[in-house]
Amino acid sequence: MEPIKTIHSRTAVLPLANIDTDQIIPARFLRSTSREGFGKHLFSEWRYEATGAPRPDFVLNKPEAQGCAILVAGRNFGCGSSREHAPWALTDYGFRAVVSTEFADIFRNNSLKNGLVPVLVDEATSRWLLANPGAEVTIDLETTSLSLPTGQRVTFPMEPFARYCLMNGVDELGFLLSQDAQICAFERKQATV
Amino acid sequence: MFEKVWEQHLVAPQTADTPAVLFIDLHLTHEVTTPQAFTVLRERGLKIRRPDLTLATMDHSTPTRTEQVFGGAPITIDSAAKQIRQLERNCADFGVELLGLQNPLRGIVHVIGPELGVTQPGKTIVCGDSHTSTHGAFGALAFGIGSTEVSHVFATQCLLQSKPRTLAINAKGKLRPGVTAKDLILAIIGKLGVGGGTGYVIEYRGDAIRALDMDERMTVCNMSIEAGARAGMIAPDETTYAYLKNTPRAPKGEAWDRAVARWRQLPSDPGAKFDHEMQIDASALEPMITYGTNPGMVIPVTGSVPASGDAAFDKSLAYMGFEAGTAISGKPVNVVFVGSCTNARLSDLRDAAGVLRGRKIASGVQMLVVPGSQQVKKAAEAEGLDRVFIDAGAQWRESGCSMCLGMNGDLVGAGQYSVSTSNRNFEGRQGVGARTLLASPLTAAASAVRGRVTDPRELLAS
Repeated sequence: MEPIKTIHSRTAVLPLANIDTDQIIPARFLRSTSREGFGKHLFSEWRYEATGAPRPDFVLNKPEAQGCAILVAGRNFGCGSSREHAPWALTDYGFRAVVSTEFADIFRNNSLKNGLVPVLVDEATSRWLLANPGAEVTIDLETTSLSLPTGQRVTFPMEPFARYCLMNGVDELGFLLSQDAQICAFERKQATV
Repeated sequence: MFEKVWEQHLVAPQTADTPAVLFIDLHLTHEVTTPQAFTVLRERGLKIRRPDLTLATMDHSTPTRTEQVFGGAPITIDSAAKQIRQLERNCADFGVELLGLQNPLRGIVHVIGPELGVTQPGKTIVCGDSHTSTHGAFGALAFGIGSTEVSHVFATQCLLQSKPRTLAINAKGKLRPGVTAKDLILAIIGKLGVGGGTGYVIEYRGDAIRALDMDERMTVCNMSIEAGARAGMIAPDETTYAYLKNTPRAPKGEAWDRAVARWRQLPSDPGAKFDHEMQIDASALEPMITYGTNPGMVIPVTGSVPASGDAAFDKSLAYMGFEAGTAISGKPVNVVFVGSCTNARLSDLRDAAGVLRGRKIASGVQMLVVPGSQQVKKAAEAEGLDRVFIDAGAQWRESGCSMCLGMNGDLVGAGQYSVSTSNRNFEGRQGVGARTLLASPLTAAASAVRGRVTDPRELLAS
């Protein structure tokens, strides 16, 4: 994973609440056995006609949304299925962060493991972002803050370990493997119960 | 109860810099969310730390047509066939027990864990599947994880976790005839909202919960995730022990007695504090059905589609082809699906068969009955339930996730209305353009008979 320090980008806006992972990546694409190539199927049902042609009215098909690395969405983003294919599809497409007032737990966990930054903001900030698609914003992991073009800056919550992993481009497995002695001790204790 | 199970599984506590390291007692796996995790093991030259605590099955991409499962007919979706073969190879390479396509113990992962008795009170159980919450019905702490976390459990039998908050849902009173555990959990989700449980582990309590059998408790815990809660738990009691005692992999003899003594310590202490509490009167409930595109958009089957000015809500009604203010009862139905990890256990099939016995499904309705496991299928056939379904005009299939999410090609057509006993009515969940109404097996069967959304009590009475 690439280390992430700051993300500076225009935003693409999907102003809907409860966007579930079935919308982010429909089940029929989960028969792939690799982690790559999901970006072309991102939001497939909303993005393409039945013929496969792009729907011109869908936000990601508009010229101004091209190259946006930050997605702004309504509350409870990523609810439903635990499929990690959802953050894989978002990052493969080119997103580096999602901004919402609420994230589903499993989606948030999966995102943190794939270099996709879940940025939790308050209602007022969310309203401003939803009303101003294409705004140039900066997400800074050093200060865990989001800066709006208005000059306003809001901080967002991020566990120290997840932040460390994102900023250094490392995953959690190394840390878990380093716990071997404690795991062995736990297993010995459990065997006696 | 959650606190006890959490504390008992801490390998290392949470610190200022790192989350808690939590030991996992049972890792259930299937073909869809593991391939990338096995790749991680291969890339890093790692083994599975505890194959003895790992169990694999195949359910999502598997065919349900008997000729494809047992008759040698080809699986027509190449990617599905490949995923199945890959799981077989991965399990062989890494020494994981696999209940493969023709194994008589195979089934939906959340049906077979309890059925085998590997799901037990007080265990930590994970699976790369959000409906892992099902196993909480036994007083286990069970939750869904992503594929990267699957690789973590493979390699270390542990997960890094932040401690969730606790939510007690107290359900009091007695469910009325024709009202089931499915209606109870749909009503709870309607009240809580699809994000209301986010960050929480739910404990379902109260006399309405105590009165449920294990199949029903699993239906309740299964849909915890539809309110955003990763896990839902029910304290174990005599009902739990009676269910587990006869399962093949539960402890036997003295080990059983010791296990039960341990499990009796699990229920929350009197006066236990929860971060949040919610009350629901089960005795006031009616059969419930969804009208929109998330499980929180739910009303009594006697009710009407509500109105709202919210953009997502209006988009949802447009997708469903429903107008606010119209009665849900009487809406046309094209497909009925009885199946999924929510409602495909033996008692669910009995419920559906009870409505269908001596009746035919309406002409033009396609009805699929997909047992939750091969063991459920065998038990249902021993009771003659298969004949009831076939005589009524339904299709009787081999077990699997099937039309809940259509990965295996069991799909609802674009624009068609499906009354489904599954757990998600998201846009396109059962097929591109498919319109799903979630309900109980009773409501699904009654709707199949009439070809319209039907209150099952109208047929149960006659």
